[in-house]
Amino acid sequence: MTAEAGLIALWLAAALAAMQFALAGLAIRRGDDAIAAAVRPVAIVQGGLALLAMAALIRVFLASDMSVALVVANSHSAKPWMYKFAGAWGNHEGSMLLWVTILGLAGAAVALLERRVAERTLTATLGAQAFIALGFYAFLLFASNPFARLASPPADGQGLNPLLQDPGLAFHPPTLYAGYVGLSVAFSFAVGALVTRDVGPAFARAMRPWVLAAWVFLTIGITAGSYWAYYELGWGGWWFWDPVENASLMPWLAATALLHSVSVLATRDGLRAWTVMLAVVAFSMSMLGTFLVRSGILTSVHAFAVDPERGTFILVLLALYIGGALALFATRIGLVRAGNTFELVSREGSLVANNLLLSVILGVVLIGTFYPIVAAAMGTQLSVGPPFFEKAAGPIFLVLVAIMAAGPLLRWRRDEAQALVQRMTWPIAAAAFAAAGLVALAGWIGLLPLLALALAAGLAVASVAPLFGRNLRRTPLFVWGMVVAHLGIAVSLAGMAASSAFTKETLVAKGVGEPAGVGPYRITLRGIRPVIGDNWTALEARLEVVRGDAAATLLAPQSRFFSNPPTTTSESAILTAFDGQLYTVLGQPDGTGRWQLRLWWKPWVTLIWFGGALIALGGLLSILGHWLRDRRQKRRLEEAWT
Amino acid sequence: MGWFVGLAIWAWLAWACLGNASPLAAQTRPPADYANVQLRDPAQEAQAAALMATLRCLVCQGQSIADSDADMAGDMRALVRRRVAAGESAEEVRDWLIARYGDYVTYDPPVSAVTLPLWLTPLVLLAIGLWIARASFRRRRGHE
Repeated sequence: MTAEAGLIALWLAAALAAMQFALAGLAIRRGDDAIAAAVRPVAIVQGGLALLAMAALIRVFLASDMSVALVVANSHSAKPWMYKFAGAWGNHEGSMLLWVTILGLAGAAVALLERRVAERTLTATLGAQAFIALGFYAFLLFASNPFARLASPPADGQGLNPLLQDPGLAFHPPTLYAGYVGLSVAFSFAVGALVTRDVGPAFARAMRPWVLAAWVFLTIGITAGSYWAYYELGWGGWWFWDPVENASLMPWLAATALLHSVSVLATRDGLRAWTVMLAVVAFSMSMLGTFLVRSGILTSVHAFAVDPERGTFILVLLALYIGGALALFATRIGLVRAGNTFELVSREGSLVANNLLLSVILGVVLIGTFYPIVAAAMGTQLSVGPPFFEKAAGPIFLVLVAIMAAGPLLRWRRDEAQALVQRMTWPIAAAAFAAAGLVALAGWIGLLPLLALALAAGLAVASVAPLFGRNLRRTPLFVWGMVVAHLGIAVSLAGMAASSAFTKETLVAKGVGEPAGVGPYRITLRGIRPVIGDNWTALEARLEVVRGDAAATLLAPQSRFFSNPPTTTSESAILTAFDGQLYTVLGQPDGTGRWQLRLWWKPWVTLIWFGGALIALGGLLSILGHWLRDRRQKRRLEEAWT
Repeated sequence: MGWFVGLAIWAWLAWACLGNASPLAAQTRPPADYANVQLRDPAQEAQAAALMATLRCLVCQGQSIADSDADMAGDMRALVRRRVAAGESAEEVRDWLIARYGDYVTYDPPVSAVTLPLWLTPLVLLAIGLWIARASFRRRRGHE
């Protein structure tokens, strides 16, 4: 019964989305406030129904109802309950249902909370949101029904990919999807504002929290996904430039550019065209990301249950939405061209440079990701991977970091280059000092790592420079947000550069009692024992780990065997110290009583994810800061009236 | 329950025989030398490691041979280390692999008529971007 209830909820939600779109269109065309008043409640109920459908799917998975095709294909009754729960979206149909659920809830939230933009713009925004949702409801109902029943249910299911059987599955996809969908709201706002010719500061202020929230979710999703891949895949890599990783990076890049652009629009009424265009691009990248993962057009470790036909469906939706938005943009070009002016050396100028360089990096990642398909069409099989992205995007990113250090120290509208250099004294000194220190202590570590570490030091100082000479308690929270987020980039960059320059690797075959060394650690294999888990068996090594004169620590990397479906995975064991991580993996026996061990000492690698957390925290502070200021202004306005 | 365990063991054996990296498979087949052992000379190992990170594991889904458990990745690692140990440069090993497996094997696409647009992408995009930005600044100044 639960499955049928879910399907009915899904159909009803789709019908309400159609109604929401029709009502919004009618209200805009006729300028009828009575019709417009109905749009908000419809959006709220639609979100509730989508949530109900998702809840039904989760219930079916938790109950291991083997008459539902999706459960049979992706679950198993012996699976721990958490993976039954999260397994509801660890597959194509379920993940698409999660997509529309978050989309519906976001629409409901806009309908409930948004009071800043003109009512007409909000109605148009909810109409656009309903139009997006309709496409995805159609996709679910006609091409990937998650609630389909089987005529003859088997005794048990086929299980879930063991690589996905990790706590990461519970929050990684929902976080990323929340980010993708947040950008759909930004897109809807942009479309709504174009429809009602309302592209200005009020619209930007309404859009900003959504962009920031989406960006925070994407940052958390990417950071957590990177750490998940790092410990789960067992080779110590934390970013592979895999198509699906790129699929999450591209919306992040677009969202990063957008959130800077939208701030200029909100405070200075500038960069209108950039803001609207970036909102369209950011959502395109979200859809493209979904398309990449769902179509399996590019081989990837993330591509599970792929189907080219479904990819085509998403591609058609993408073309429809983006083509429509661009056509609308073209008819309003005069409107978006207007806006306040500024000079090259100014805060706005640095933000244009930010938008420009982020867009170029986005273009490089986009073209690099899809180029193998282009080349295949020309008859050549080729691979585009880390070396290309590092060479093509790395230098641009470092230039961006330099501009990022200078930007917050510039004045709005116009500034003097000489004054800027003066304000940059400390950051430049920090960068020079770091570079000299590194060469003196560590020798020549390569140009890119050296530049990256020096720039990270400079950026770290520059990012807190806006606080110099300020009363810290009276500094608005959103300034803190910027400071923390920029500092996070510096911290993360330092971690990336340091771990790539200073990682130590030891690959050895050792018998019990034989020691090995990596970095500052001595590691001794003390024994191998079998372990039995909920739905796996494993061989577990006991590694005695000693650093200097400290007491020994025990690490227990495993080689795990899952029976449904049959797969072996390496479970790494990681020791975190203040200055890095010791990463240990148990390999195979070599036939003479010795075991393969893979050991890495990764100095400062933790900074990568710590920086990511800071970036997300900065976004949160910014949302909170703007919200507090809006509230204070509203109260002041009300007091002025009374 | 007995049949289930039996089925699981059977499945594991089948999987192991199919060539998936598992302890059992390794016991029946001595691991390729240098697949999981470093070269003695740190300079040579650094060269080999840098090269391995840029070579694609041909049977995996988007992983380099330096990040893969697959047997074939192990064999390729052994091959790279053997050749580097024998005195070949990383460039020579890479060229040999490309001659044998095609451009698909390297994540660092060699510059050719097909890949030229790819390598020019950053420059072209930067040029377009600067042109757009410059035009907008000039227009803005004209307004004042």
